[in-house]
Amino acid sequence: MTENPKITASKVPEIGKSQFELLEKLCNATAVSGDEHEVRQIVLEEVKPVADEVEVDALGNVLATRFGHGENRVRVMLAAHMDEIGFMIVKKHDDNLFQFERIGGIDERQLPGKAVLVGREHLSGVIGAKPIHMTTPDERKKKIAVDSLRIDMGPEIGDKVKPGDRATFATRFKVVGPSIRAKALDDRLGVAMLIELLKHAPGNIDLLAAFTVQEEVGLRGARVAAYRFNPDMAIAVDSTPAYDLPHWDDEDQNVQYNTRLDEGPAIYVMDRATIADRRLVTLLTDSAQEEDIPFQFRQPGGGGTDAGVIHKTRAGIPSISVSVPSRYAHTAIGLARIDDWANTLRLLHAALIRVTPDLLAGERRG
Amino acid sequence: MKSLIKQLVETPGPSGFEYEIRDVIREAIGEAADEIRVDALGSLIAKKGKKTEQGLRVMISAHIDEIGLMVTHIDDNGFLRFTNIGGVSPMTCYGGRVLFMNGTRGVIGMDSIEKGKTLKLTDLFIDVGATSKDNCPVKVGDVCGFDRPFLDLGKRMVAKSMDDRVAAAVAIEVLKRLESTPHEVHFVFSTQEEVGLSGATTAAYGVDPDLGFAIDVTRSGDTPRFSPKMATALGDGPAIKVRDSSFIADPRLVDWMIKTAEEADIPYQLEVLEAGGTDGRAIQLTRGGVPAGCVSIACRYIHSPSEMVDSDDVENAVKLLVKLLSEPIVLK
Repeated sequence: MTENPKITASKVPEIGKSQFELLEKLCNATAVSGDEHEVRQIVLEEVKPVADEVEVDALGNVLATRFGHGENRVRVMLAAHMDEIGFMIVKKHDDNLFQFERIGGIDERQLPGKAVLVGREHLSGVIGAKPIHMTTPDERKKKIAVDSLRIDMGPEIGDKVKPGDRATFATRFKVVGPSIRAKALDDRLGVAMLIELLKHAPGNIDLLAAFTVQEEVGLRGARVAAYRFNPDMAIAVDSTPAYDLPHWDDEDQNVQYNTRLDEGPAIYVMDRATIADRRLVTLLTDSAQEEDIPFQFRQPGGGGTDAGVIHKTRAGIPSISVSVPSRYAHTAIGLARIDDWANTLRLLHAALIRVTPDLLAGERRG
Repeated sequence: MKSLIKQLVETPGPSGFEYEIRDVIREAIGEAADEIRVDALGSLIAKKGKKTEQGLRVMISAHIDEIGLMVTHIDDNGFLRFTNIGGVSPMTCYGGRVLFMNGTRGVIGMDSIEKGKTLKLTDLFIDVGATSKDNCPVKVGDVCGFDRPFLDLGKRMVAKSMDDRVAAAVAIEVLKRLESTPHEVHFVFSTQEEVGLSGATTAAYGVDPDLGFAIDVTRSGDTPRFSPKMATALGDGPAIKVRDSSFIADPRLVDWMIKTAEEADIPYQLEVLEAGGTDGRAIQLTRGGVPAGCVSIACRYIHSPSEMVDSDDVENAVKLLVKLLSEPIVLK
């Protein structure tokens, strides 16, 4: 065996035509929590040629490993979730009108009048709404409960739709100037980045890529994936809301924006599920500064990522999250910047090539 | 023990940032433990004793983190907006003082809020004396704890972070006074309890105990009007937890603790806490399940900067725990 014990920095991954095509395919696929089949197939197709080991575990996570070379390699887990928020068909009514439930966090005010795709065949439906002609001023002040909404599939679908089928918003991927508009950017951006990182895996570490399931319903896939991988450290790669809109009339500044577009990858210090290991915060910020990559801290506070369960796995795993900011998260359409995506990918790669056993040798310092 | 408690409560250590308090505890343990290690989430685990034929591997958990605040935004004039680490009530914040891990001190101010409106954390800000964003000595993501010196009222003691440093003091004292034990005892000084029992969860997995319990504070029902619906009172002895909203103590452990206290003539009280949880839950749910309980110290004004406990309760908790660990454990 010829092994080079020195760190061999792999080529820095970049965003080009094929990366856009892959992201488009990923975003347009349907993978509502618990039925991630479609995205899993795309992931498997991409990672099988490059990974040393690929496994689909009992919950449906794709666990892809690429071993480095040399001694004392740190086992680094990266997690990006394949699932997205969406709907589940609950009951059929006359005229192929279907009652449905939400899967994951969706504001019910976002639903009326939206086109959806139902089931693995992507059958076209629409969440109906009473037209303004027929509503009273009083009705228009209230939000419409999910239970009184229906997905209208029309007569042409016959018996194809059944209770338990998933549905997503029908939004199609589009690049508009410096931006990407799509559904499920949360977390197909992360999935796409993990695929690129597997393809450009640095030799100094063992890269353990977990494409997780059921994140949106309680971080379920990552829990078992982390147990299986039993890594030395972990980075959850996700997408987080940017609410960087102009301030309200009665506020002198918008102080709760979570993240801002165009300011680069959002590094987590704390959310409701994880207090990031400061050694990893420093790894990321140092990497960004050395490589001249812009970055921002995600405002500490609510929310959670796969890191929330990974860090509590077994005897504890130093963990952090990095996200691409995206506006209008968990609605029918998200909006992210290409540069933020590219810089997040660059940052992750820059951080990975700097991982050494020394990083985790000392005690956690915050 | 008062000087140890004073030292522990005056050291900052909000959840996730327990490195200073961990060093203080390591120093305080000194040579009393057979072995000390620190796990991936920063919990300090001090082992004492060898498991004999009648012995068990016992985990005792006292958390060393405290509630605190983290900066979310710095405005142009150098005022800081913040979020909570653990259960921080806006009621106890205004006018309070904070100490950042980098030594910066500050005070908490408040926006003018409409009459009758409930105060929220977002109505508050920290003023560190900066005059602009540029000369502000802290940044987004920086962490502070409440800043309040230890107050000795004789029989009663008051401090911020009495939750749960008083338990850490108890654990250290037990570790020192425990002369012989048939058990292999792992004293876990756990991190991140206030944000979801994270430290005890991973420490318990690592220790893999046969039995375990937490030492923590609990509410006391002995204050004027509208006091919590609690049977516990300051000075009535260590409280043996029967249940809280996070777990039900193993009844065999409860019986064992009661029997031991009665035989040794140590005062005790029983605790039923309707809201709240401790590391006991994390221990209980480890791996294939672990018989778990909790010994509590009754405490007034929990999660305020002035948490009050009774000195005799602390001393009796030490006595009870030493007794519990000195002999073989038979669960019935």
